[in-house]
Amino acid sequence: MEDLLEILSDLHPEVDFEVEEHLIDDGILDSLDIVNLISEISEVFDVSITAKDIVPENFNSAKALYSLIQDLDEE
Amino acid sequence: MRNHVLNYLHRIVEQKPDKTAFSDGERGLTFREVHERSGSIGTFLHESGIYKKPVVVFMRKSPEEVTAFFGVIAGGCFYVPIDEEMPSGRIQLILDNVKSPLIICDESTAETARTFRAENGRIVLYDQIVKTPADQAALDGIYRRAIDTDPIYIVFTSGSTGIPKGVAACHRSVIDYIEQLSETLGFNEGTVFGNQTPLYFDACLKELYPTLKFGATTYLIPRNLFSIPTALVEYLNAHRINTICWVVSALTMISAFGTFELVKPKYLHTVAFGSEVFPIKQFRLWRQALPEAVFTNLYGPTEGTGMCCYYRVEREFQDGEAIPVGRPFPNREILLLTPEGRLAQEGQEGEICIRGTSLTLGYYNDPVRTGEVFVQNPLNTAYPELIYKTGDIGRYNEAGELVFVSRKDYQIKHMGHRIELGEVEVNVGMLAGIHMTACIYDAKRVKIVLYYVGDITEKDLTEALKGRLPRYMLPNKLIRLEQLPFTANGKIDRVALKNMYEKKG
Repeated sequence: MEDLLEILSDLHPEVDFEVEEHLIDDGILDSLDIVNLISEISEVFDVSITAKDIVPENFNSAKALYSLIQDLDEE
Repeated sequence: MRNHVLNYLHRIVEQKPDKTAFSDGERGLTFREVHERSGSIGTFLHESGIYKKPVVVFMRKSPEEVTAFFGVIAGGCFYVPIDEEMPSGRIQLILDNVKSPLIICDESTAETARTFRAENGRIVLYDQIVKTPADQAALDGIYRRAIDTDPIYIVFTSGSTGIPKGVAACHRSVIDYIEQLSETLGFNEGTVFGNQTPLYFDACLKELYPTLKFGATTYLIPRNLFSIPTALVEYLNAHRINTICWVVSALTMISAFGTFELVKPKYLHTVAFGSEVFPIKQFRLWRQALPEAVFTNLYGPTEGTGMCCYYRVEREFQDGEAIPVGRPFPNREILLLTPEGRLAQEGQEGEICIRGTSLTLGYYNDPVRTGEVFVQNPLNTAYPELIYKTGDIGRYNEAGELVFVSRKDYQIKHMGHRIELGEVEVNVGMLAGIHMTACIYDAKRVKIVLYYVGDITEKDLTEALKGRLPRYMLPNKLIRLEQLPFTANGKIDRVALKNMYEKKG
């Protein structure tokens, strides 16, 4: 989780990712952020996120994103 | 002779009054409604004594906003679109430049609009002025008095001095563009556009005016969908969208993550893209997913009214190869000029300059910067004839196709947006606690990288910049240094910064 929070706050230092729960719905993360985020995550966690995973439920909060990463890691 | 863009609307409302013209997917407006609403807004301007003036339109992206644009033109004025995505500092600079007597808002923007300096015009609500009963005689009079060199819009583009430049375009150049673009891309009454680009750039001309010309339909795709690739493709299918003109990054968002393995666009037959390099690997994924579709690369600066050149992709490309800019639409010419003002020889590089009706009127209220790039054609000494110097360097390849080589200055294309790195630097430099700053662009990782020397943390710097720069201009990476590298003659050494950045990886 620490690693993920670091990636996120690198993208948006001004956002508190531990509380924010509508990152996609509120447009805090735009499409460029998503692209950057996925490439960083794949490097750091060695998982590959594909189109079926790129839905608001998985990207709306750091917590949801982290559990996606864990699920992918177990596959 | 067609000398007025609203001629398209007047004609189509007779033929297809009940067809949906513009929709956001949930709510739409028919051509009759578009016609009525624009007539009401035009009448409101007339009754307010506003004529031949810039009128700011500050609304949420919606079918209603489009009718506000046409309404401003119906009133004999020209629209200046601004948007909540723009930071307030930038909006203020735009308002200061155009000095509009009126700002048309909706419920979502009115509160923000009231925070701007008051001398910038009266604030009115769209929902109220759209109730004005149309005065047809007055509208007809305004229509008849218009000439095709009158402006119809001003859109703002990045300026290296930190002050954005307002590009003003007239009926004639827009009509010329719409006619040539429509023919080249084969638009017709069956065209269903899926609009991606914001309405505050000239990029949306591609959808707005051909929709009127043919009685086509445009869907304004909600911005959030561009972060959710499967939902985006499903939206295209749900509305039977068959034509898109998008920035490359919106297309690669779909292709890069295996979206096509889950869902494919079922109706798309025309895909135009532009504003940046299309990575060939991604392009091939699109080609494979839509083998029957026609793919066209478009190129052109805002100063040349929309796009200027096109290239229909028909042959195979190698990885790393760039898709050519191609050739100009009919009725405009590209001159490749050497620094001495002569035509570049075969294979030689030169600055891409545009000649023809498609030239816009120049930068609004800015004769100095207009005069720097809208200049007398150096090949013609016999009579006045302007060309626009794009600042792009190009050359012709063996097949005689124009290819983009590089920029003359620090302008970049980032996520489809045209950005002067100088504008980013000037805005950073104005902040308290910043001593020195320089920007570079990492094209490979698609990142604007800002180096700075100062007593401010990365986090505070990002916060402060948000009020000054549009989101797409915000640096993606901030690096604080003790000292910036300098060249021998005392300039900031950007090459050294680039090397430093690449070494770190």
